[in-house]
Amino acid sequence: MKVADLGAAELGARLKGSGLYLRTGPFVSRIRSSISSVSEGIGLLYADYPLAEQNDFADFHVGLSRPPTIRRWFHPQAVFDFDGHVPFKPLPLDQAYPLFEWGLNWCVSSHAHQYLMIHAAVIERDGHAAILPAPPGSGKSTLCAALVNRGWRLLSDELALIRRNDGYAVPLPRPVSLKNESIGVIRGFEPSAVINREVRDTIKGTVAHMKPPTDSVSRANETAKPAWVIFPRYRKGAAASLQTRSKGGALMAVADNAFNYSLLGLAGFHMLADMIHACDCHDFSYGDLDQAVEAFSALQPPAP
Amino acid sequence: MTPAPELVSRVLRDPPSAATLGLAEWDLLVRQARHAQLLARICVVLADRGLLQRVPEQPRTHLEAARVVSDKQDRAVRWEVNRIRHALERLGMPIILLKGAAYVMAGLPPARGRLFSDVDILVPKEQLAGVEAALMLHGWAATQHDAYDQRYYRTWMHELPPMQHIKRQTVIDVHHSILPETARLHPDPAKLRQAAVPLEGHDGLKVLAPADMVLHSATHLFHDGELEHGLRDLADLDGLLRHFGRSESFWRQIVPRARELDLSRPLFYALRYAAATLGTPVPGDTMQAAAAGRPPGALLALMDALFARALAPDHPSCRGRFTGPARRLLYVRAHWLRMPPLLLARHLMHKALVPAKDE
Repeated sequence: MKVADLGAAELGARLKGSGLYLRTGPFVSRIRSSISSVSEGIGLLYADYPLAEQNDFADFHVGLSRPPTIRRWFHPQAVFDFDGHVPFKPLPLDQAYPLFEWGLNWCVSSHAHQYLMIHAAVIERDGHAAILPAPPGSGKSTLCAALVNRGWRLLSDELALIRRNDGYAVPLPRPVSLKNESIGVIRGFEPSAVINREVRDTIKGTVAHMKPPTDSVSRANETAKPAWVIFPRYRKGAAASLQTRSKGGALMAVADNAFNYSLLGLAGFHMLADMIHACDCHDFSYGDLDQAVEAFSALQPPAP
Repeated sequence: MTPAPELVSRVLRDPPSAATLGLAEWDLLVRQARHAQLLARICVVLADRGLLQRVPEQPRTHLEAARVVSDKQDRAVRWEVNRIRHALERLGMPIILLKGAAYVMAGLPPARGRLFSDVDILVPKEQLAGVEAALMLHGWAATQHDAYDQRYYRTWMHELPPMQHIKRQTVIDVHHSILPETARLHPDPAKLRQAAVPLEGHDGLKVLAPADMVLHSATHLFHDGELEHGLRDLADLDGLLRHFGRSESFWRQIVPRARELDLSRPLFYALRYAAATLGTPVPGDTMQAAAAGRPPGALLALMDALFARALAPDHPSCRGRFTGPARRLLYVRAHWLRMPPLLLARHLMHKALVPAKDE
């Protein structure tokens, strides 16, 4: 059963009642909220997502609620809680939906140490995964959104999950986060993309989320072996260009972008070294999405 | 509202009972244990008995992920102790490690699967200034910038204001005693230092003697504690008692030593609640002798009621109607035991009237 099968009324009722047991990749989240923008956002962006088969275990119990303080009358807020624990300060009520997405990211990145977790987008084509690690502002999510609208499969736009026993990337397809100018750029690039309401004045500026392709959601259990590590960098007017990066430099840069590299100790180093060893590593600068898509379609997987 | 069953202490007391839990109970256990900071401990307890592979995959993943964090903290504490020893080397005096850092470095059972952040050390009071200066030279800086807080620590407390390393962000608490000078009980720190034992393979490092280590843990939890992680601290005590309790002489020494250090009351509570909650085996004659520290009947009934609530995991599923009031009363009690009434009134007045500055 999928979220879309519930209908808006039943979805809202579950969120308000005992919770919606939503499956995203390897995780089940139990979500509770009486905030309408959260219910609407989930209804729109998670329509294709499966519900958990059983409601007796959830990896993450999360809630979005309006704190019962006096502020609710003149400056209503939304607060995210992880099973009663509140990791972030409340935000204005209007930002409840992005807060939900950020909260779920936090749940994974602070707990799922069964994986090596890298702050990176992951996409796949013909069984080969490309890992796009990048600090904010590098245009990683924009590039990722463009590529998954041109035949690449979305594994994740934020969190690369590398399985510890075999180094495969485990998909965690979730709505793609778009910021500021990227929202208009993607709307222009792919008019059929489903993007939710823009929320202004957040800590990251104006944000919106793009619904992932249906095919990416339904293939969320198909893992892929990393073939490329590509560091994207958007530069206005730049021609698309791939430059080889040294393996040592690539390893250090990925370690810098990993959530739990030092936590995993020696095991983390071996995993990362194995991954970098098996991948082609590039710096990629681009100024135009069509050119970027072309450059990505010309990528050849490394010889085994 | 009836609280849900408390599953963490049940599994710690009787690990094989984990095999009978259904998936919905595992869901609750993982959540309670996470809030109690005992998720990694449960992983260790089950792994030691070969029971981990029988845990369903979804909860087992969470247990093992928590273990990754506690393993990392174990490595981090060893490195931190190495740096502290290096910083204090020139003072030429032994450093006594307390609590978590002592358990890790001495390889004691409570170290396994334990989560903690600070390193605590004990030094003679007359050496405090030298220790503080040496730590500052090596990158540790004061965390309490408020003049009142500085004075509060330096005049009345048993430790320097916590110091944080500017690069590693780690925190060290430098103690000269195990209770504030203003507290109701007066364990003599010189006696603790005298009995401290060298740490094998680590020159210049010591840990408290077994009985003293237990008494310190008991004092921290039952006389001075904030009880935020009460069950975790009780599990530490349980681990120490089971480990040291294999030697008969430990049980013969513990009650007289408590009397000598003015810590009979905390010892009584520790043995009583560890046995009741976690099934810690305590010999009958020790329990009987420890009853010297027993409070009067009505007070004991009240403490039983309060600790029964405050020693449960601090998770919504374990909260009954009286859990909040019980925790607040014990918080007030800890302050009451910490300072004489007039001083306490002055301290609370200051905290109420002077707004706290954002750090």
